[in-house]
Amino acid sequence: MSLELLEGSEAIARAMIAAGCRFFAGYPMTPFTEVLEGMAEHLPEVGGVCVNAESELEAIGMAWGAAAGGTRAATGSVGQGLSLMQESIAELCFARVPMVVLNMARGQGDYFQATRGGGHGDYRTIVLAPADLPEAVELVQLAFDLADRFRNPVMFMGDYYLAHVVEAVDTGPRVFPPLPAKDWALDGSTSGTGKARIVSPIMPTKRDAPVFVEYGAYLEAIGERMDAMTSAVEPLFEEGGCDDADYVVVAYGTPARIVRYVAEKMRREGVRVGFFRPISLYPFPVEALVAATRSVKCVGVYELNAGQMIDDVRLTGIDRTVEFIGGISFDDSGFGIAPELTPARVEARIRRAMEDMAGQGVQEVAA
Amino acid sequence: MSNLVDTAAPPSRPAKLVDDFAPPLILPGAHKLCAGCGEPAAIRSVVEMVDELGLTSRSVGVFGIGCYTSFSPGMDVEVLQALHGRAPSLATGLKRVQPQSIVFTIQGDGDMVNEGLQEVIHTAARGENVTCIMLNNGVFGETGGHMTATTVIGQRTKNSLEGRDPKKHGYPIRMAEMLAPLDGVAYVARGATNNAGNIFQLRKMLRSAFQVQADGLGFSFVEILTMCPTGWFLQTGEAPDYLQDKLQGFHKVGIIKDLAKAPDE
Repeated sequence: MSLELLEGSEAIARAMIAAGCRFFAGYPMTPFTEVLEGMAEHLPEVGGVCVNAESELEAIGMAWGAAAGGTRAATGSVGQGLSLMQESIAELCFARVPMVVLNMARGQGDYFQATRGGGHGDYRTIVLAPADLPEAVELVQLAFDLADRFRNPVMFMGDYYLAHVVEAVDTGPRVFPPLPAKDWALDGSTSGTGKARIVSPIMPTKRDAPVFVEYGAYLEAIGERMDAMTSAVEPLFEEGGCDDADYVVVAYGTPARIVRYVAEKMRREGVRVGFFRPISLYPFPVEALVAATRSVKCVGVYELNAGQMIDDVRLTGIDRTVEFIGGISFDDSGFGIAPELTPARVEARIRRAMEDMAGQGVQEVAA
Repeated sequence: MSNLVDTAAPPSRPAKLVDDFAPPLILPGAHKLCAGCGEPAAIRSVVEMVDELGLTSRSVGVFGIGCYTSFSPGMDVEVLQALHGRAPSLATGLKRVQPQSIVFTIQGDGDMVNEGLQEVIHTAARGENVTCIMLNNGVFGETGGHMTATTVIGQRTKNSLEGRDPKKHGYPIRMAEMLAPLDGVAYVARGATNNAGNIFQLRKMLRSAFQVQADGLGFSFVEILTMCPTGWFLQTGEAPDYLQDKLQGFHKVGIIKDLAKAPDE
């Protein structure tokens, strides 16, 4: 293990290459641009290819083609660019093409886009949202493993802070269990053999395949495959101080890092606050959140938007008051950073929420 | 009398079925395209030229969305199925990681010129070493005959019932002529499938285009004018002449650019 002091975007780029990514395509947009720069610099050093695509539509198309050739491929963007990619993300799920899609978000207004998606049909993508660089370099490598394991796109969700924070990280390759061979990948070698391969979102088999799959059956199979993937992934989360907390704050990504700091500080001051951080946004850590909030009186959801992840918190079915304590943090940069995202303001929101809770007699709710 | 079949006696050999005429690399089974469609002959020409050049065992076709997508599962050639308009980008990614492979796209005029115009232009400008093939019948055949960006002036479609009028619908795009000036482009030609002579010429064009790719000279493009009697609201037998009179008048058949040839040839 060798630690290096690296900026986030550089660390993410190096970790992707360590994971075996050999094709990357992207269209500049801050804070995704910084990762694109890193890939453009480092991929050729290992014989990989980085293409400066002319649009997000083309970027994900190029990564699609490279991935269909069996190469570990990635693309990404920011919310707006990812909106353009939604059609492809959906179809990549149907075509069973593995890919890592970086979502370097501005603020957290794209939670729905990431976890629900804006594409068509019964598709799902695993979404991983690290809160710091040591975790980011782990998760981006895990993303490639999961993508290949389930032959499905996997989204890695970062933000402006993650792209620019400087931390000591080890970007070396991680070890994962063996994967099945990519015997579906295209290189032309099966053309003319009577068993030519096809990678298609609409026709999973050639016309003369021993088992020809009709489209209706194929659509059903997609749904079953998505369910199987969802239940096979162990949801990831972090929690602290929830056991005897009166109030638990749920947050993800960089804001969760600040929430964690504030919750621990308030703990030291004798306030019974806990925090819960979903690391996999899909699948959402339902059981863990239910367990973590069993003894609390109220759950606050802190996110930098008008309230999106709060839906998933409510969908866990926890029998507690769930309230939104986040908000949009906007400055002239538009990157979703200051001024809300400071420990003082986060603490003020939590304290206000706890005072309201006490005032409204929420503590009377039966445990 | 001697030409008449003696129906009293059993046939001397079994009757031939459609599949008996299936060419190499085209899988048996009906393609379900309309009678008189020009696309099967175009696609057959494509795969036969790949085969003739001995490139089959490293060829991958990237298909767009249109009637011709029926051949996506219907060829004994590896296929990467793309979204409408996006085939050139997929071809780019695949070729970049599998440079030894021969990558070609099959798109219609609606797919390439309407939905995905930017994709093919940038792929050409980057000089990607792939072959893009456009089947151009001037209509969205699969939706039943709607106007595309290559529909010629005066052509009747379901959303230009009185014929394409530039005042209402604008002017069509000549795709081959548009791509040819780009620096990354090595070969551009436009052929047609409406008669044996044109198909013979088309096959030579496709052969040249694949040879250009095999030689690593850059982007190659072949536009193929195809009949669509259904989308043109014509009797099947009238479509070849309609192609000649209407489409070919605007989209001229011929080799437009060939960097493999010396300038004085």
